[in-house]
Amino acid sequence: MNAVEIKGLRKLYRNITAVEELSLEIKKGELFSLLGTNGAGKTTAVKMLSCLTRPTEGDALVGGHSIVKEPDKVKAIIGVSPQENAVAKNLTARENLELICGIHGFSREKTCERIKELSAQLLPMEVLERKAGKLSGGWQRRLSIAMSLVSEPDILFLDEPTLGLDVMARYELWDVINALRGRVTIVLTTHYMEEAEALSDRVGIMKEGRLLTVGTPAELKAKTGEDKFERAFVSIVREGNT
Amino acid sequence: MRRMMTFAKRCFAEVLRDPLSLLFGLGFPLVLLLLLSAIQANVPVELFEIERLTPGITVFGLSFMTLFSATLVSRDRESALLQRLYTTPMTGCDFILGYMLPLLPMAVGQTVICYAFAALLGLTLQVNIVYAVIGIIPVAVFNIALGLLCGSVLGVKQVGGICGALLTNLSAWLSGVWFDISLVGGGFEKAANLLPFVHAVEMERALLSGNIELAAGHMLPVALYSIAVTGGAVACFLLQMKKQ
Repeated sequence: MNAVEIKGLRKLYRNITAVEELSLEIKKGELFSLLGTNGAGKTTAVKMLSCLTRPTEGDALVGGHSIVKEPDKVKAIIGVSPQENAVAKNLTARENLELICGIHGFSREKTCERIKELSAQLLPMEVLERKAGKLSGGWQRRLSIAMSLVSEPDILFLDEPTLGLDVMARYELWDVINALRGRVTIVLTTHYMEEAEALSDRVGIMKEGRLLTVGTPAELKAKTGEDKFERAFVSIVREGNT
Repeated sequence: MRRMMTFAKRCFAEVLRDPLSLLFGLGFPLVLLLLLSAIQANVPVELFEIERLTPGITVFGLSFMTLFSATLVSRDRESALLQRLYTTPMTGCDFILGYMLPLLPMAVGQTVICYAFAALLGLTLQVNIVYAVIGIIPVAVFNIALGLLCGSVLGVKQVGGICGALLTNLSAWLSGVWFDISLVGGGFEKAANLLPFVHAVEMERALLSGNIELAAGHMLPVALYSIAVTGGAVACFLLQMKKQ
C-alpha cells in the first residue's frame, strides 16, 4: 500500500521551474530520501506534499488525501520538521510540546501522556524544562522532530534533519530516525550521502527540479558501477546534465 | 477555539519573557510620568499637569504594543515556527486572534499600572479612570493590529527600525502629548488631526475629565482607524500565509 502517490507535480515561481513533472510512489512504512544538489527542488517538493505551497500543476495523494483538494485532511495525518529549527525559543521544551498538543486538541491527560512518551524517546526530563533557545543545535533539532511527532503522524517529512549538526549529534539523530522506521512513513531530504545510504529504504535523486532516478542505495551503486554511494550520486547527477 | 487559546497562551509567554518588553512597555512610561511630574513640580506647565499628562502617557505607552506584536510575528515568520504551524490544522483566524488577544490584556494592564502610578504622583482617584481604562481598548486594538500588519510584511530588523523608531516617534510627535499641536499649526496640525494619535489622547483626556460627549467625538476616528488597520493586518497576514 502506498502512503504517498505523486502525480505529475510541477511548481513554478514566476518563470523559474522549481519542480518539474514529479511522479513517485512511496510505500507505507518506507523511509524515502530525496537527494539533490542545491536548488534541485527537494524542499519545494516537501513543501507541496505538506500543503505549505500549492502545486502549479499536478496533485499528490498523501495518506489517500489530495494535497490540492483536501489539505486539511492531509495536515491532520502528517508531521513536518522544517529545515530550520522551528521552535518557540522563549518557551521551554515542554511548553513547545504542549503548544503542539493544544493545537491538535489533546486533553490535559493525553498531553501529559504524549510528552512522557516523547521524553522517553527523544528528550530527557532535564532538557524538557530548559528554554528551547538555550538548547544546543542537536537538542533543538530533537525537539523540532519531537514536535513533529506529537500528533502521532502517519507520514513524517524531515527536511535536512541533520544540517549543521556535529558528528555525534548527527549519529544520535540517526538512531532516533531509525527507531521510527516501520512505524511511520518518513520522507527525508538530505545533502549527506552517508546519511541517505545509512537510513533509506529507497532514494530519489533530483536535479534542477526533475527526478532523475529512484532505487535502493545498492541498486543505484550497481546501476552506475560505483562502489561508493557518493560516487554513484555524482555519476547520476553528472549524467543528468547531458 | 482551543487551538487559538493555546497559541494565544504561547504568544503571551513569548512577550512577557522578553525582558525588553517589560523594560519598554512598563518601565519607560512610568519613568516618563515620574520625570515630567518632577519637571511640572519645578516649572509648572499646563500640558504636564498629572490629569493631562497621564492619559497622554497611557496612549504613548501603547505604541510599544505595536513593536511587541510586530516583533513577535516577524520573528515567527523568520524562525520557521510559522511554517511548522501552517502544516497543522490551525486556521488563519486562529493565528490572527492568537497574536492579537494576548496583547490586549497586557495593554489594559499597562494602562491600569500607569494610572495607579499617577495616583501616587497626585492624580485624584475617581470613577472616570475606569472609563479611561475602558476607552483605551480601541486604541490598543489599533496599535496591536498595526504591529500585526507590520510584522506580516517586514523582517525583524525592519520592524525594529520602523515600529521601534519611526512609529514610536510619529505617535509621540503627532499626539499632542509633549506639546500643543495647535501651536505649530498649518500642515502639521492638519496632518495630526487626520491621524488617530491626537484623537486617542484627546479622547482619553476627555474621559478622565468626565466629558463623554467630547470623548465620543474623538473616539470615532480612533475606531475607524482601528477597524481599517485591523482589516489591513488580517489581509496582509493571510496573504503572507498563502505565499508560504
